Formats: sequence, structure tokens, C-alpha cells
Amino acid sequence: MVEVVVNGRPFAAEAEPRLLLSDFLRHRLGLTGTHVGCEHGICGACTVLLDGEPVRSCLMFAVQADGAEIRTVEGLAAEDGPLHPVQQAFHELHGMQCGFCTPGFLLSLTALFEQQPDANEDELLDALSGNLCRCTGYANIVAAARRAQQLLAERA
Amino acid sequence: MIGDGVPRLEDERLLRGQGCFLDDLHLEDCLEAAFVRSPYAHARIVSIDASAALALPGVVAVLTGVDAAGELEPMVFDIAKLVPDAVREATDPQVRIHPLPALPADRVTFAGQAVAMVVARDRYVAEDARELVQVEYDPLAVVVDAEEALRPDAPRVEPSWDDNVAISFRHEQGAVAEAFDSALAVVEETFRLQRQHASPIETRGVAASVDEDGSLLVWSSTQTPYLLQSFLGRWLPQPPESIRVRAPDVGGSFGSKHNCYPEDLLVPWAALRLGRAVKWTEDRGENLAASTHGRDQVHRIALAADADGRILAVRDSVVMNAGACNLLGLVVPYNTFTHLLGPYAVDSFEFDIRVVLTNTGIVAPYRGAGRPEAVFAMERALDRLARALELDPAELRARNLIRPEQLPYRTGLVYRDGNEAVYDSGDYPELLRRARELVELERFAPLASERRRLGVGYACYTEGTGVGPFESACVRIERSGRVTVLTGASSQGQGHRTTLAQIAAVALGVPVQDVDVVGGDSAALAQGFGTIASRTLVVAGNAVAEAAAAVRAQMLELSPEEVPRAGLSATSVYRPGPVTWAAGVHAAVVAVDVPTGVVEVLRFVVAHDCGRVVNPAIADGQVIGGVMQGIAGALYEEIVYDEDGLLLTGSFMDYALPTAAEMPEFALAHVDVPSPLNALGVKGLGEGGAIGPPAAVANAVEDALSELGVVVRTCPLSPSRVRELIRTAKVNTVDSAL
Repeated sequence: MVEVVVNGRPFAAEAEPRLLLSDFLRHRLGLTGTHVGCEHGICGACTVLLDGEPVRSCLMFAVQADGAEIRTVEGLAAEDGPLHPVQQAFHELHGMQCGFCTPGFLLSLTALFEQQPDANEDELLDALSGNLCRCTGYANIVAAARRAQQLLAERA
Repeated sequence: MIGDGVPRLEDERLLRGQGCFLDDLHLEDCLEAAFVRSPYAHARIVSIDASAALALPGVVAVLTGVDAAGELEPMVFDIAKLVPDAVREATDPQVRIHPLPALPADRVTFAGQAVAMVVARDRYVAEDARELVQVEYDPLAVVVDAEEALRPDAPRVEPSWDDNVAISFRHEQGAVAEAFDSALAVVEETFRLQRQHASPIETRGVAASVDEDGSLLVWSSTQTPYLLQSFLGRWLPQPPESIRVRAPDVGGSFGSKHNCYPEDLLVPWAALRLGRAVKWTEDRGENLAASTHGRDQVHRIALAADADGRILAVRDSVVMNAGACNLLGLVVPYNTFTHLLGPYAVDSFEFDIRVVLTNTGIVAPYRGAGRPEAVFAMERALDRLARALELDPAELRARNLIRPEQLPYRTGLVYRDGNEAVYDSGDYPELLRRARELVELERFAPLASERRRLGVGYACYTEGTGVGPFESACVRIERSGRVTVLTGASSQGQGHRTTLAQIAAVALGVPVQDVDVVGGDSAALAQGFGTIASRTLVVAGNAVAEAAAAVRAQMLELSPEEVPRAGLSATSVYRPGPVTWAAGVHAAVVAVDVPTGVVEVLRFVVAHDCGRVVNPAIADGQVIGGVMQGIAGALYEEIVYDEDGLLLTGSFMDYALPTAAEMPEFALAHVDVPSPLNALGVKGLGEGGAIGPPAAVANAVEDALSELGVVVRTCPLSPSRVRELIRTAKVNTVDSAL
């Protein structure tokens, strides 16, 4: 039995020891916003926050997350509420095309700005370089990241 | 509103994690599939023993070529056989299609080819069972390299053929031999653009379910649901009218999701056999091995020029590695042919190409589809010519560009759709002027040192866009007052829900937020095609504009109150004439670190003409995305096989996609000349960004290392390759008559 808190809600579910955290979230809990692009820890599409730290959910077993607090893309904004500033910035600056890699980027940046609200350019690129995007060429993602940082600063 | 960078209408659900991609589908009582794939590049299948796999709890079926033999014929696409009469007359292409068996019964022809399909309770069990399927192979002789495959004694990919040549054609116009005889300068060189992979971040996937009435619903992460529907109607033992194909959200494609793959056929086939829903999601290793590859052409190219650098003649002889099958026939080699001369005025031209089967993954259109290969050869040759003539490479280009007053310019070639290739509109000198202006090399000069050399490189291209045969659209006013646009062209990230909504909104005089664009369902329209080949804005866009205009005319007959109740709708099928020609000039500023061979792109300049722009934010996003894929091909990405035909780049640890940290500074300029060939004035732009970068970056690297006498003949320009170039460089000895 794996017990986790996901986006503030407690869940308990059976999980075979070998069940990946990504599959647990997607197929047991139905949280399909977390995507799987390579299943070997390179593309970052499956990034979620585990106790506040960005992790590759395809490289973890669900049982390893037992007792943890997890945040996924579904938890960034309230269901009927406005977009989270990071989401808002991606929308405003066309930081996404197909949208498949986007959840991973949103969570990597959320973690960065929570830990380092005034991250500099190098730190920003370093945080972004753990996620692959094949559509945008990154220019608008980097611009959206800067915009998100600004929106968060205004809100703080 | 056309011309506004409206934020995309499709974003919100994707940002909230509410998109629905193929693997997000949860079909009722659904089984999952895994494929057993050949570890050999060429082998006879002696036997397949599935008994241990079938004994595993949770395994429902193991299907092999023996099961498929009576039911599924080897796949051949209609488009592969298509040779328009005008093309036949012009170049008389010899086309042989090597069919692709959905599951081979006797022989595999590339490593990664599926030989058995395991269907089980879930993917974990299916993958366990896959390991238990015992396949006995008898390895056969392998051919990997296309030029080796041309040798008379080379192993045959298809034993019933007398050689490995699948397609060949040649063309000659003007007085080529005379031009080479009289030329003051001749350069001749061999250039290869390496094999690459589209690598959308979402891999492929297929799901199928059978309704109580026996009808089949197929979900596929395809670019072309309508094409897939007609394909399944042709190849499955199922009446076409009872097959519906839907594409859910699709996570990037770049050409690789256009083909109809064995799995597209096998998953629905298994669902029909088992009477249960079946789903398959490709893993990344399968994607790299068995989804189509791109590029892989060798050009032996020669230019003849006069003392002023005017090109008198071009001669190019091409060998293209098709891999194990030539799924799409003439598409790629003919694109290479009709885009080789680009925006240059050249009267005398000789071209021949041989498309060769090898025991490697299948090569098919990948963003650019034959054009980056052509541009790499031509633009590299132009830089060699500039060096031979001691001319500035940009100046050499300027002297040879077709001038605006020469348009419409008849190239003398026949496009693959059978129409004459005529450049309809554009201003090529202005594109080059703008690109040169934006390079700003002086800004980077302080970065240069003995160790860190700077270089700049250019690449010019033209691109035929908006190819037929057709696209359809239906525009409908709902009772709610909202507008629904149904289109045959589904999206894989290109933003059609916004651009097509903008077009409909303008025609109807309604806010863009009131328009819902729906694509990707073969049941929505009587006919449709799909999203390929830089064509959707042209063909679907004009179909939407026509249908919306017809609805607008109906609206004008009614009072505003009557409109929502009247059930107004109109459908249009837009059949374009000849392609409309987009163009661009790319320039790269690079720094090469001599001791390590590391190349850094400091600035990448794009001046481009994509006709009238509907949404500048989306247009620029397409261009930059394409450019980054092109830079990736120039510096990082290569599909590599060993001599036994085994894939050495089977994961993202070996096939190196760039990250945000590798992104250069971008500068974009629009020199947009509306197309005179369609009412909207638009041209396609999905592929253009990817066409120029390999040539521009290679030219820049050679420029940076010019004092060392380096000649760049292939990509990617990885540190080890650059170091090898530096080590082996001799003082430049250009093959020149000067």
C-alpha cells in the first residue's frame, strides 16, 4: 500500500514494487497531466515535485514515494481559479506548442522559483536544461521563465 | 485580426494538465501490447515459440507473421506509387516499392523491426512476456551504407530485385558540359547530410476498440487521421465505412507521424481478433529504432562559374539511403531535386539520384523532407566557390540571386505534384540584405582569440509549400451562437485551433474566442487529408476562409436573432493549384574553440518570407522551433549504425537533443510577400526553419577555421569531428581552374 498526498489530497493505493511513480500517478490516480517521454530520465516530461524537489517520476518506483507529498501540473492552479503565474507566462509568451513537455517545464520552474526567487540567467538556464522540448526551440520558454519570475515577484 | 498575435486558444487545458494524449486514453477493459523486435538487421526467421509467453498469467495473445500472413498483406502506400504524368514525362523516374510487412513471416530487414505482438493485461505483463517469446533467427549478410549497397556484389535487401536501387531519375537542362568547359572556376566536392530522427517528445501510440455493432474506433497519434482511415479500410479485414480514426492531442510529429506504420495496422487488427480494446504506447527505444528516420544523402556536387562568380552550371549526383523500405516513394528525392537550385538563377543543371535500400531503419520525410539535404550540398558548394574566387560568400550569393523583377520565375523543373515549378513571389535580394544587416558580427569580435575563432555562414533556400491534393473544412453556427470549424487537418502543436479560428472569425465578423476548431476525427467530414509538408495554413486555411465566407453570405440573408436558430453551415474542399514558394536566408555566427573542437552558435539570423502572416507569434514560434532542430542536426544529432546494422544511438543518452542551454541568440526579420496563388495570400512555414541551419552552421564553422584549411563535408560538427577536421586539415587546395 502506497500512501501519498498529491496536490493536497491524500491517496492510498496498492502498488507492485516495480510500478513506476509516473505510471502510478497517471494510471492509478488518473493524473495524466504528468507525461512520459523517454522513460530513461533524459527528457524531463515526467517531472513532479516530491516534497518540493523536482524529480523524474519515470526513474522512481511508486513505493519509494510512500509518505511523500507530491505536486503535479494539475495542482499548480486551483481547478476553477486563474492560472499559476508560471502557466500564465507560458500562455502569454507562446512558451509551448504541442504542450506535451510543458508540465515538466512548469514544475521545474516552479521548484526553481520557490527555492531561488531571484535566480540569475545561468541558474535559470541550468534549471531549464533538465527538460527537453522539441517544438519551440526554447526561445519562448526562456522568455516565459523570465516573465514568470517577474509575475511571481509582483505577487510576492 | 489577421496579423494579430492572438494568444493561443489551445493553451489553457494543456497548461492545466487536461490535455488528452494517446496514452492518456483510458478505454474500457483495455489490453496493452508490446512488440518483440528483431535484434538483427537482416535475418531469416526460423521459428517463433510463444508457448512460455502464453503461459504467463495475464497474457492474452501472441501474434506473429504466421497469424498475419493470411490476413494482412505487406503494406504499400498509394502515394508511394504515385508518379504524375508530367513528372514521368520530365524525368521518367524508375520507382520500385519495397513493401513493408506488418509482421514478417520469414525475414527481417532492419534491426528493430517488429516480429511478434504480445497482448496482455497491462504493459508490464506484456513486456515480461515479450522476453519469453523465443525467436530463432538465421542471420543474413547485411548492407548498411548506401554507396556500398550500390556495389554489384552487395547483399540484397530484397532478394527478388537485381540490385538495391529503389528509385532513380535524372534531369538535364541547358548546356552543362559546355558551361563546365568554358568556366573560369569549377569546384567539386562531396557532402553528406547525416541521418537524423524527428524525436517528438511524445512517442507514437495506437489504441483501438470494437463497438457492439462491430465497428472499429482507432485512436492514433497520427498527423493524418483521414489518410490512416482510408489506409486501414484498404488493409484491414473490415469494411472501410465501419472504421473511424481519431487523433487525440498529439505531442509533436515533424513528419514522423505521417506514415502509416505496422503498429497502426496491428493494434486495430488485434482488437478485431480479440474483440477487446487494445492499446500500445511506443517507448523511446522503439521510437529511435523503428519510427522513420530522415536525411542521409550523399551529394557529389560541382559548380561552374565565371570570373565574377556567376554560376554557369550545377551538376549534382545524389545517393540517398532509404533504409529497408521506401514508404513514400518520390516525395523526399523529388523535393531534393526541385529545391537544389534554391533562389539562384542557374540555366544549366544536371541532376541524378539513386535511392537505395539498406538494412537500416526506414528513411521518410522529416521536417524539410529532402530540402535540408539539397541546401546543405548547394550552400556548402557555394562557400567552396567563394573561397576559390576569393569572394565574400554573401556577395557571391547576392550576384546569383533571382531578382524580384524576374518573378514569376520558371525554373524549368516539374514539381512532384505534376505542376511546373514556378517561383510565384518573393524578394530574395532583400532577404539576403536583411540577413546580412542582422548578423552584427562586430558585436562578437571582442570574443575572438587565437584559441576561439569566430565565423559566419549563410544559407539561402526556397520552399514549395501548400501542396495538394486537397483539404476540407466545414464551418457551422451552433445554437449557442458559437462557431464550430471542422477541419481535416489535425494539429500536433502548430496552433491551428488559433490560426484557423482567426481566419474564420475574420470572415464571419465574430470574436476569435467564439470559434472552436475541431480536427482529427475521420467521421467529422466526408473527406479530409491531414497535416504534412508545410501546407495546412494554405490548404486548410483557404478551405476555412471559403466555407466561412459562404456562411457569412447565408448570415446576411437573416436578422441577427435568426442566425443561431437557422443551422447555418457550409463545407469547402480546397484544391490548391501549384505550390506557392516561401523562401529564407539564414545566417549563423559561431565560435569554435580550437583545442576542444566545441562549436557554439552565438547568434542565428533568419530573414524569411512566409507570405501573409496570420499570427506572428505562432509563425515565429514555428520558425525558431525549426531552426533549433536544424542547429541540432548541425551540431549534435546523428543516427548511427555499426557495420552489422545495429543501432548505436538507441536512447536519448546517445541521440543528443539540445536543451535550452544550447540555444543561441535569435534575430528574425520578415520580408513577407503575399502569395498571389491563394485568396489568403499565405505560404506554408512549418518546415522552413529546419532547412537552412545545417548549411549555415557548417559554413560558419569552415569560415571560423579557414586559416587552418578545414573543409566541412558532413555533420554533426561534434567536438570530436571538429578536432579531426583540424588535425587532418592541410593548407586549402581548392580544386579550381583559376
